[in-house]
Amino acid sequence: MADNEKTVQLSHGGGGKEMNRLIKSIFFKAFNNPILASEEDAALLHFEGQAAFTTDSFTVSPLFFAGGNIGKLAIAGTVNDLAMMGAEPQYLSCSFIIEEGFAIKDLKTIVNSMAEELHKSSTRIVCGDTKVVPKGCADGLFINTSGVGRVLKPQISVKNLRPGDAIIVSGDIGRHGAAILMAREGLTLESELVSDCANLWPVVEQLIACNIEVHAMRDATRGGLAAVLNEWAGASDVGINVEESKIPVCDEVKGLCELYGFEPHDLANEGTFILAVPGEVAEGALEIIKRYGHCQQAAIIGHVEETHPGKVVLKTPWGSSRYLDLPQGELLPRIC
Amino acid sequence: MIALKQLYQGFRDPETIHNLAKEIALHAAKHDGNIYIMEVCGGHTHTIMKYGLNQLLPDNIEFVHGPGCPVCVMPKERIDHAAILASQPDVILVTLGDMIRVPGSQGSLAEFRAKGCDIRPLYDPMDALTIAKDNPDKQVIFFAIGFETSTPMTAVLIEQAEKQGLENLLFHINHVLVPPAIDAVMADPQAKVNAFIGPAHVSVISGAKLYRPAVTQYGTPVVVSGFEPVDVMESILRIVKQKVEGVAELDVQYSRAVSEDGNLHAQQKVDQYLTIRPHFRWRGLGPLNESALMLRPEFAHRDAEVIYRDKLDVADIDDHKACQCGDILRGIAKPKDCKVFGRGCTPETPLGSCMVSSEGACNAYYRYNGV
Repeated sequence: MADNEKTVQLSHGGGGKEMNRLIKSIFFKAFNNPILASEEDAALLHFEGQAAFTTDSFTVSPLFFAGGNIGKLAIAGTVNDLAMMGAEPQYLSCSFIIEEGFAIKDLKTIVNSMAEELHKSSTRIVCGDTKVVPKGCADGLFINTSGVGRVLKPQISVKNLRPGDAIIVSGDIGRHGAAILMAREGLTLESELVSDCANLWPVVEQLIACNIEVHAMRDATRGGLAAVLNEWAGASDVGINVEESKIPVCDEVKGLCELYGFEPHDLANEGTFILAVPGEVAEGALEIIKRYGHCQQAAIIGHVEETHPGKVVLKTPWGSSRYLDLPQGELLPRIC
Repeated sequence: MIALKQLYQGFRDPETIHNLAKEIALHAAKHDGNIYIMEVCGGHTHTIMKYGLNQLLPDNIEFVHGPGCPVCVMPKERIDHAAILASQPDVILVTLGDMIRVPGSQGSLAEFRAKGCDIRPLYDPMDALTIAKDNPDKQVIFFAIGFETSTPMTAVLIEQAEKQGLENLLFHINHVLVPPAIDAVMADPQAKVNAFIGPAHVSVISGAKLYRPAVTQYGTPVVVSGFEPVDVMESILRIVKQKVEGVAELDVQYSRAVSEDGNLHAQQKVDQYLTIRPHFRWRGLGPLNESALMLRPEFAHRDAEVIYRDKLDVADIDDHKACQCGDILRGIAKPKDCKVFGRGCTPETPLGSCMVSSEGACNAYYRYNGV
């Protein structure tokens, strides 16, 4: 980029010289690999056996938050979706929709975190697209990533839970949602809370390498733990029992939930996943997961049973129980 | 430094809750007949259902879930007011959280926002000042809701708007009062309630004295309770003990925050800017005299109901005929007695007031109960 170019202009999306400069000096530089550099109309890929394919659009506001930014999220999110299907994340596409006037400096920071995140799972961006829209037509920057990967562990499915399975959560829940809320609501709270945003492929790869039988696996993104468990109970037509006291939640998230009237299990995560594994392999799986820095709080939180199919029941530490329902509507602070 | 856990741990201690449950059962066994406890406040309904406290109590104690959910008691025509105001040119409507998703007769505020109206949920009402300052060419209307707890915040907001000369900050006042709602519940000859759990945060502002008339008039114990599970269990124990002894007294379990007189400074501020509204129609309870507040006439220049008078001429809109919210609020029916509960009426498509907010009885039953 020329040094005098401080912001993205409509001309950067025009297909001409300026666009070429933007793509070469920022995107190609950061995502450098032979397939991308070939500059063909489409990337040519080789596959053997079953492949997993997923897509996700990222519109997070604010773009920068404690523990990450939209770029890190755009890579981790799609990589994690592939990992959750037991697929090795190999190739990603990446589309940027940039609002006119967006700071080049910020774009560079975002793209560099994407490159860093790609590196963690040896995944490559092999094709992409850039659009610049007039001021007011987008909120700074939107990113879409799609990804494909070779399935190493088939038959992981939401329909695959069986009575006797243990439910494991890979870390303390709700940190991404809480970090975003804190940034968004402009609450001037002092906190060291950071998003859990992380690439899950390394830990999943290890589980596969150790030949752990996994029935279902899902990253608890929007809708949080509650959404994943409800989807599973419904899709597999089983009941899921969870013990509230065993769900790991950090103090900062608890505090924020107390203030706003939210539940940690409704808040989004970006680097925390839930597994259903046969009861007898649960301890072994837990041990493997806990070896990873961001998974030290991993815990067995419940189990699958035949009773109350389709429902998730939360047991309180004093012996009462209630349904753990899906979160409803947008998350809004309570009134009093 | 105090860790967060230290603040709430004791109030959610499993052993304490177990022991209180045992104590309650022990004393309740000595009482002839049922004890029908109304928790007036929606916050308590939420605590009871969320923590499953009702499952820990003996059969002769029943909860009657009261009308103390400010979102739930808002009649449709008032929500329509908000939507109409938000639809006016150059208006920004601001309101507190939950209100955004409550359906009026033409849809919820969230739906109107999607149609292009500028509607913003606030966490802190004071943010309305910034919005008004940042948008001098717009009218910013604060759609004010809530019981005695949130009224002082509105009063301070009016005060600040006056002091700072923010002429474009207007108010649509829907503040309601607890005592008239208690009276409405007890006025029904079929009402079963024979004890009350008094609201927590309302009492911090208004003081425990707010309930003296109810104790005397209805001969029912009132125990003002905190919102944590141990608070509620201890309050129930205190109620049961009074019932067994055959007395009816005002008692404050939530003594760490509630005094007899409450926050006099806050009360004075409310009185300075707001006055009793002669009539207000409650969703589920119908029209109640002197049960709500409105702006004092000297602040008519800030009253959206006065300024947009010709636009807000909306007739009363009743709930669906099958809806039994009124009976549920009086303790005559349980959510599950209602024909439309969980069928036509769900949290996504509420037909009546009690299904609207997470603090409403039907909503809490729908989400948590039935395990």
